[in-house]
Amino acid sequence: MIPSTFDYVAPSSLDDAVTLLREHGGEAKVLSGGQSLIPMLKLRLAAPTVLVDINRIPGLDYVEERDGALRIGALARESALERSAVVRDRYPLLYDTARVIADPIVRNSATICGNVAHGDPGNDHPATMMALDASFVLRGATGTRTVAARDFFVGLFTTVLEPDEIVTEIVVPIATARTGGAYFKLERKVGDFATAAVAAQVTVDASGSVQRAGIALTNVGPTPIRAEAAEAFLLNKPLDRGTIEQAAALAASSADPVADRRGSEAYKRDLIRVLATRALALAGRRARGEIGNRES
Amino acid sequence: MSTHNITVTVNGQAHSADVESRLLLVHFIRENLRLTGTHIGCDTTHCGACTVLVDDHAVKSCTMFAVQADGHSIRTVEGLEQGGALHPIQAGFKEEHGLQCGYCTPGMMMTATALLEHNDNPTEGEIRQAISGNLCRCTGYVNIVKAIQHAAKEMRGAAAVPSQAAATAEATITA
Repeated sequence: MIPSTFDYVAPSSLDDAVTLLREHGGEAKVLSGGQSLIPMLKLRLAAPTVLVDINRIPGLDYVEERDGALRIGALARESALERSAVVRDRYPLLYDTARVIADPIVRNSATICGNVAHGDPGNDHPATMMALDASFVLRGATGTRTVAARDFFVGLFTTVLEPDEIVTEIVVPIATARTGGAYFKLERKVGDFATAAVAAQVTVDASGSVQRAGIALTNVGPTPIRAEAAEAFLLNKPLDRGTIEQAAALAASSADPVADRRGSEAYKRDLIRVLATRALALAGRRARGEIGNRES
Repeated sequence: MSTHNITVTVNGQAHSADVESRLLLVHFIRENLRLTGTHIGCDTTHCGACTVLVDDHAVKSCTMFAVQADGHSIRTVEGLEQGGALHPIQAGFKEEHGLQCGYCTPGMMMTATALLEHNDNPTEGEIRQAISGNLCRCTGYVNIVKAIQHAAKEMRGAAAVPSQAAATAEATITA
């Protein structure tokens, strides 16, 4: 399959990139990992007249803790999350998520920032970033702004990103004590989008009582969905079996799935309940230090 | 539509060409360079038949534009054999009957090569994880895993003593 024709430009700075995007209005698309964009171009689901390739811009491929946050640059690849000892040891929700995205070859090219910027509700990082309470740094021709992950996704393949803006960095709050997370995804085969998936991140106090809970759902609605009722329900409760089951039922009620080849609406909703139960149980064990973040 | 003059090193040899921006890397490799060992399978980023190494990382060449490869170094299946001697991964596929129809084999071997260059003693689980983006429709995975294990053993041995393959290559060159 051959894409429609387009002009290709590879700027060497972010300033040049956003200037190009502004010049071309909505006709240009950013090319980073290309693992969603290029298939869409080949299938002619997208036909931008200009591709702005940001891969030649130096200094954007970092995954590092700095200034009170874990910072992920625009050109950090999914495989970098798998290789990062910091991520593996301190951000198990991120590590779990990266391991189940597409396949290992795609993860060598695909970027984390591209995964969120694409706005596909079947992508895995959007829910994870919501659960982590992460925010995105958006650089445009007229300046830079920061938007919380929870405010970023507005509809199917639609985000608050303006045509001249690039997601240049993801900012994840630094891992604190007694915090744990987990990502559970059911996929029909490696490389498929989730039938459904649940991201959970919890912080407990010394007695095991929940102080903060972030729960978000993948591919059961036009956007990733934050399970707010379940989050609120968990506050100041221990993560015991009964509490987890009630929270998981609340999470399922937040889901808004549609029937497709992957399953019926009822099946997907119940799947959210099961996956939320497992994700909260593992997140709780990790938060309480019963098992290490590298174990499951 | 823009065209671009690119220079790409493929299997150690530099190639320059004027390419359309929309030319896919796999088409550049197969049609411009006539290196048809790299296969096109699904053409939708699923099957991995078109896997090549770009700067030592496995990449699906149907999901990258040739212009993106400008200035980069690429290895294809044709670059595995050196001096008439099979690469350990090729020898492994031969010895363990790691191929049936052979369609997935070039991509499978390039993915395996990247794995073994990074980790020459992978567990079976690590091998299966590494090749999970390469589909074999003959479903010959058992022998593919054995082939990669065979190659890993030979590559570990080669690190200690010259391998049979290397010795053969040396003899060939001397002859």
